[in-house]
Amino acid sequence: MNSKVETLIATGIPAGKVGMWWFLASEITVFGGLIASYIVVRLGSPGWSEAGARLNFSLGLVNTFVLLTSSLTMVLAFKAVGEKDPKGLRTYLGFTILLGLTFLTIKAFEYGGEFVRGYTPAAGIFWSFYYGMTGLHALHVFAGVVVNAIVLIAALGEILKPHEHRVELAGLYWHFVDIVWIFLFPLLYLT
Amino acid sequence: MNEVASKEAHHEEPGFWHTYLFSTDHKTIAKQYLSLGLFWAIVGGFTVYLIRWQLAYPETKVPGWGFIAPDFYNVLVTMHGTIMVFFVAMPILLGAFGNFLIPLMIGAQDMAFPRLNMLSVWVFALASLILLLSFFVPGGAASAGWTGYPPLSAKVEYTGVNWGLNLWLLAHALEFVSFLMSGINFLTTAMNLRAPGMSFFRLPLIVWMQLTAAVLFMLSVGPLIGGAIMLLMDRIAGTTFYLPEGGGEPLLWQHLFWFFGHPEVYVVLLPALGIVLEIMPVFSRKPIFGYYPIVYSTIAAGILSFVVWAHHQFISGMDPRLAMPFSITTIIISVPFALIVFAMIATLWGGSISFSTAMLFALGTLATFLIGGLTGIFNGSAPVDIYIHDTYFVVSHFHYTLVPVTFFAGFAGLYFWFPKIFGRMMWETLGKVHFWFTFIFFNAAFIPMFFLGTRGMMRRIANPTQYEFLKPFQPINEWITVAVILLLLSQIPFVINFLWSMVRGRVAERNPWQANTLEWSAASPPPHGNFETVPTVYRNPYEYGLPEVAEDWLPQDRPFTPPAGVRQSES
Amino acid sequence: MQNWFPENVSTFGADIDEIFWFIFRITVVWFFITEGLILSFAIKYRRREGQRATYVKGNNRRQLAWILMLGLIVLLLDLWIDIRGAQVWGKIKGQMPSSDLQVQITAKQFNWEIVYPGPDGKLGTGDDLQLENELHVPVGKIVRIVLQSKDVIHSLFLPNLRLKQDAVPGREIHAWFEATKPGKYEMPCAELCGFGHSGMNGWLIVATPEDYEKWAKEHWSAEK
Ligand code: HEA
Ligand code: HEA
Ligand code: CUA
Ligand SMILES: [Cu+2]
Repeated sequence: MNSKVETLIATGIPAGKVGMWWFLASEITVFGGLIASYIVVRLGSPGWSEAGARLNFSLGLVNTFVLLTSSLTMVLAFKAVGEKDPKGLRTYLGFTILLGLTFLTIKAFEYGGEFVRGYTPAAGIFWSFYYGMTGLHALHVFAGVVVNAIVLIAALGEILKPHEHRVELAGLYWHFVDIVWIFLFPLLYLT
Repeated sequence: MNEVASKEAHHEEPGFWHTYLFSTDHKTIAKQYLSLGLFWAIVGGFTVYLIRWQLAYPETKVPGWGFIAPDFYNVLVTMHGTIMVFFVAMPILLGAFGNFLIPLMIGAQDMAFPRLNMLSVWVFALASLILLLSFFVPGGAASAGWTGYPPLSAKVEYTGVNWGLNLWLLAHALEFVSFLMSGINFLTTAMNLRAPGMSFFRLPLIVWMQLTAAVLFMLSVGPLIGGAIMLLMDRIAGTTFYLPEGGGEPLLWQHLFWFFGHPEVYVVLLPALGIVLEIMPVFSRKPIFGYYPIVYSTIAAGILSFVVWAHHQFISGMDPRLAMPFSITTIIISVPFALIVFAMIATLWGGSISFSTAMLFALGTLATFLIGGLTGIFNGSAPVDIYIHDTYFVVSHFHYTLVPVTFFAGFAGLYFWFPKIFGRMMWETLGKVHFWFTFIFFNAAFIPMFFLGTRGMMRRIANPTQYEFLKPFQPINEWITVAVILLLLSQIPFVINFLWSMVRGRVAERNPWQANTLEWSAASPPPHGNFETVPTVYRNPYEYGLPEVAEDWLPQDRPFTPPAGVRQSES
Repeated sequence: MQNWFPENVSTFGADIDEIFWFIFRITVVWFFITEGLILSFAIKYRRREGQRATYVKGNNRRQLAWILMLGLIVLLLDLWIDIRGAQVWGKIKGQMPSSDLQVQITAKQFNWEIVYPGPDGKLGTGDDLQLENELHVPVGKIVRIVLQSKDVIHSLFLPNLRLKQDAVPGREIHAWFEATKPGKYEMPCAELCGFGHSGMNGWLIVATPEDYEKWAKEHWSAEK
C-alpha cells in the first residue's frame, strides 16, 4: 500500500483482506443462488436420483480428496511464509497447483465419460444443473490455479517478499473454491 | 491485487495516457464513468424518441428514421430499459459520484485499490462496447424485454434474435463484474482509509448511501449472475434450465432476476437520495434533520429489499399464497422511506433556502420521487396489481422513481459538484431554464400514463390502435409524445451549459457553496492525492448556522477556535 | 372519477377498484401533505438578506419522537392497506368457487386457442370444440379457465373483468370469473411474447342465457 495512505488505516485489517472478504461474500451468493435453484427445481421434479446415479461416484470422491489435500498444502504454504521458509513456500504452492490441475484433469475425464454415454448438457434438467454447477466451479478452480501460479512465479523470482500477504489472500480464495465443492459433491453425487 | 497507488499516480508527472485513459486516479475514473453514462443517456434518449413516436403515430415514418417494425419496437424497449438502468443510472450515480466523492469525503488520497478501480471502468467500457455492437449483429439486438423472461429469451426461434441476446447477456455479466469491483473498492476504502477523526457516524450521508448500495448490489447480483450463465447455456449449450420441455422451470429466472432486481432499484435510489441529502443542508444553511434515523432507515430499507422481490410476480403463476407475505413486506418498506422523506422536509423547516440550480433539482427529485414511491404502494397491493400489472400504471410508477433518481438527482449532483470536478462554475441562469423545462415536461409526459394504465393500456405494445378499448385514448398518447420530445429538447441547455462551462466557465474557488464536507477543503479540481495534508475531522458534516460561529458554516476539518484565516470564499 | 377505469363487468372487479380507491385516498392525502410542506417551506423559508437559518441542534429526543410518531402512523396505514388487500386477494385467489362451465385456453404465439368441453362438460372428449380468440360464456355463471401455454409466457388480460393471469408453459393455471353484463369485451395478451405481442388479442362474448344456448346449439349441431 502507498505509505501515505497506509497512515490512515482505520480498521485493523489490511485492505487486501477486507477486499477479499467482500469479494468472497458476493461469490458465495453466486453459488448460493445456483444451489438454491437446484434444490428448488429438484424438489419439484421426480426421478432425479437415477440420473444422479449415472454419475461416476468414485471419480467424484477421488476429486474431493484431491481438493481437500490441496487445501492442506495451501495452509502449509501459508505457514511457510510465517516461518520465513521460502523453500517450503515454493514446494507447497507447487503441490497446491499440481493438485488443482489433477482435479481439473479428472473432471475433464469425467465429463468425457458422461458425454460418450450420451449424458450431454442437453440430456435433461439434472444434467443441465450438473454441468452448470460443476462447470462454473471448475472455472473457479482454474482461476485459483492461475492465481497460485502467479504467486509461485513471484516467489521463484524472489520478488514476492514485499507482497507475501498475497499468499494468504490466494489461500482464502482457494479454500472458498474448496468449500464450494464440499457442497456440490453431496448435492450432485450423493442424492 | 491489493497494493495501492501505482507510483505514477502519485509522484512523477504522468503522461497523456496515464492522465486521461489508463489513470488510476479515482477522479479521472469518475469522469470516465460520467462520460460513458452521458453518452448512453443520449442513446437512451434517442430510443425514447423512437418509442414515443411509434406509440403516438404508429404505422408512420419516424422523422429521421423510418418505419418501426413490431420486432424492432421490442428491441427498442428492451435496449431502452437496459441502457437506462445499467448503462446510465449505474455509471452516473455509482460509477461517477461514488468514485469521485467517497475518497474525497472521507479524506483519503484515492481508492484502496486504484488499479482494480481502473480495471472496473475498463470492464465497464468493454461491456458498453459489446452492448453497442449487439445492435449491429445479424438478427438485431435483444428484444425479450429488459427483464429477459425465458422461454422467450431462452430459444432463438421465439424472438429470431440470436447473437444480439447472447451479447446482451455478456454485456450484463461484464457490467456486473465491473460494479462488483467498484463495490469492493467502495467498501474497503470507506472501512480502511478514513481520515483521522472520521468515525462512521461522521460520514456524510451520501457515503452511507453509496456503501449500502454497494452491499445491496454485491449480495443480490450473485444469483442473477448464476441465472444469466444458465440462460446463456440454455441458448448455446442446449441445457434446459428454463425450458419446460426439458424439465426446466421458466419461473426460476423471474425469482433470480427480481431477487436482484428489487435491491437493484434501491442501488440506484440510495446514491440519488444521498445527493439530495448533501445538497439540502448546504442551501438551507442548517443541519440535516435526523442523521441517525436516516442512516438506520437506509439500512432497514436495504435489508427489507431482499424480501420483497416477488411483488413483481403476483400473477406470474407462482403459488397465490406467497403473494400476501410479499405484499406486506413491500408496503411496509414505505416506513423507512417515509422517514427519509420527512427528514428531508424537516431539514427545509426554518432554513434560509437559496434556490441554486442544484437545490432546484434536489427539490425536484424529492417532489417527483414522492409520486413514484406512493404509486408503488398501489402495485404493492396484490389485488390491485392483478389489474395494473404490466400496464402503463407500472410504467409510470417506475419512471416516477427512476427518472428523478437518474436525471433529477444526477443533474443536481452535476450542478453541485461541477466546480469540484472540473474546477469551473456552471452557468446558473441556463441551469434554471434547464430545470424548469425538464420538470414541467417530465410531469406533463408521465402523469397521463397513470390514466392510460388504469384504462388498461398494456406495456410493450408497439401499436395501441390495434385495440378497440384503447383507440379513444390515442390523443393522450400523442400528448405524451409531444411532451417527451419537448423534454428531450429541454436537455439542450444542459448540454450547452455542461460543455461550455467546462472550458469557459468562471473559475471556481475551493468552496463556492460554503459547504462543510471534506471535498470542499481540497483544491478545485483536487490534484492527485487530493489533499495537501491529510485532513483531521472534528465534527459531523452538517454544522451549518452554528450560533457560536461567525460564518454560518463550519467545515468538518476546521478546529473550533473561531476562524483564524480569512474566509475562503464570498459567493 | 369512475371513468378512470373501463366499465367493470365481473363480480370481483368492484372489490379491486375499491382497494385501488382506498389506497388512492390514503396516498393522495400524503401526497398533498408532503408536497404542500415542501412548497410552503420553500416559500416561507426562502433566503432573506442578513437572516440566518434557525439552528436545530443535532439529534435530540424531540427529533426522535417526531420520527417515531410518523413511522408509526405510516406503519398503521400500511397494515390497514395490507389487511384490506388480503381480504380481496383471498376472495379472488383463495379457494376457487365450484364452476358452472369450464374452458381451456391455450396461449401460443400469437393466439388464444379456446377449447369448449361441449355438452358432456368434460374436456378432452370427442365433442370438444376449439375456437381461436373467441371466448363465449353465459352471463351470471362462474367460468373456470384452465390456462396453458405452448411456447412462451403470455398473459390473459380481461380489462373489463379486472382479470389478468400469466400463462406459463409447462404449467396448468386455473382462473375464474363471473361476468355480470352481456356484451363483447376485449381479451388482449399482457406479457411480452414476441414480435406479435402487440395485436395478440381476442374477444370475450358474454351472452344472455338464451343467446348462449342458441350459440351452443348451432355449434354442437354443426359438429358431425
Ligand atoms: C428507483 C427505482 C424504484 C423505486 C425507488 C421503487 C420503489 C418502489 N416500488 Fe417499484 N419498480 C421499479 C423501480 C422502483 N420502484 C421498476 C423499474 C419497476 C418495473 C420493473 C419492470 O417490470 O420492468 C417497478 C415495479 C414495481 C412493482 C411491480 C409492479 C408490476 O410489475 O406489476 C411493485 C409492486 O409492488 C413496486 C413497488 C414499489 C414500492 C412499494 C416501492 C417503495 O420503495 C416506495 C416507498 C416510498 C414511498 C411509499 C414514498 C414515501 C413515503 C411516504 C410519503 C409515507 C406515506 C406512504 C404511505 C402511508 C403508503 N414497484
Ligand atoms: C433509469 C431508467 C430509465 C429512464 C431514465 C427512462 C427514461 C424515459 N423512459 Fe423509460 N423505461 C425504463 C427505464 C427508464 N426510462 C425501463 C426499465 C423500461 C421498461 C423496459 C421494458 O419494458 O423492458 C422503460 C420503458 C419505457 C416505456 C414503455 C415502453 C413500452 O412498454 O412499450 C416508455 C414509453 O413511453 C418509456 C419512456 C421514457 C421516457 C419518455 C423517458 C424520459 O425521461 C427520457 C428523458 C431522456 C433524457 C433526459 C436524456 C437526455 C440526455 C442527456 C441528459 C445527456 C446529456 C449529454 C451530454 C451532456 C453530453 N420508457
Ligand atoms: Cu402473447 Cu403477449
Ligand atoms: Cu420491486
